[in-house]
Amino acid sequence: MSEAKLFLDFKGLLCPMPVVKLAQAIKQIQIGEMLEAVATDPGVMADIPAWTRTTGNELVTLEKREDKTIRFVVKRAK
Amino acid sequence: MEQNEKMTLVVLSGDLDKVMASYIIATGAAAAGMDVVMFFTFWGLKAIQRGNLTGKSLFGRMLGAMNRGGLNAIGPSRLNMGGMGRWMFKLMMKQKGVTQLPELQQAAIDLGVKLMPCQMSMDVMEIDCDDLIAEAMEPVGVATMLEHARESKIQFFI
Repeated sequence: MSEAKLFLDFKGLLCPMPVVKLAQAIKQIQIGEMLEAVATDPGVMADIPAWTRTTGNELVTLEKREDKTIRFVVKRAK
Repeated sequence: MEQNEKMTLVVLSGDLDKVMASYIIATGAAAAGMDVVMFFTFWGLKAIQRGNLTGKSLFGRMLGAMNRGGLNAIGPSRLNMGGMGRWMFKLMMKQKGVTQLPELQQAAIDLGVKLMPCQMSMDVMEIDCDDLIAEAMEPVGVATMLEHARESKIQFFI
């Protein structure tokens, strides 16, 4: 089970909104806490890891599921 | 305190596609924690205009009428065909759920992107501060833009 503090629905959102909404949402949780999101834009597979690398946050999981949605969990590290 | 990395975009174009690319790059960078400045010059000013008619002199008013600013007035750089292209692109983007320009601009503002108008372009084109959106900064010159660009990790000219 996920221990995410915040759950976000990014379904239907295209570039650049997933990272824009992620950047806004990460401020709502504390350092060490996690948020979980579901998206549909395939670009997210590359963009979320790039975003966590540049911002120094931690990508806990990123998976494409059978229904083609993409689920990821990010831990706020700074 | 650790300083954020900086990015500077010079937005010369006032075309829908190029303005859209500018705002996407700006919001993406701001979302990644960068301090972003967008310097709007010449046609690019249209991207931060309210959309009212501008100009004082005869030529200024002619320019204002033929070169209407504001995010709803601007069309694509190619295939605009008197506004048909704009209509078509907007419809196609809407159907695919692409974020529309006004919402992109608002996202940029919410993320703290600084919108700097070019004073000289405003003088030439007879565009007043009142013709710009409230979120635009005070108009500046090339030295202010360069000061930020010099410290920027990334610079774009669009």
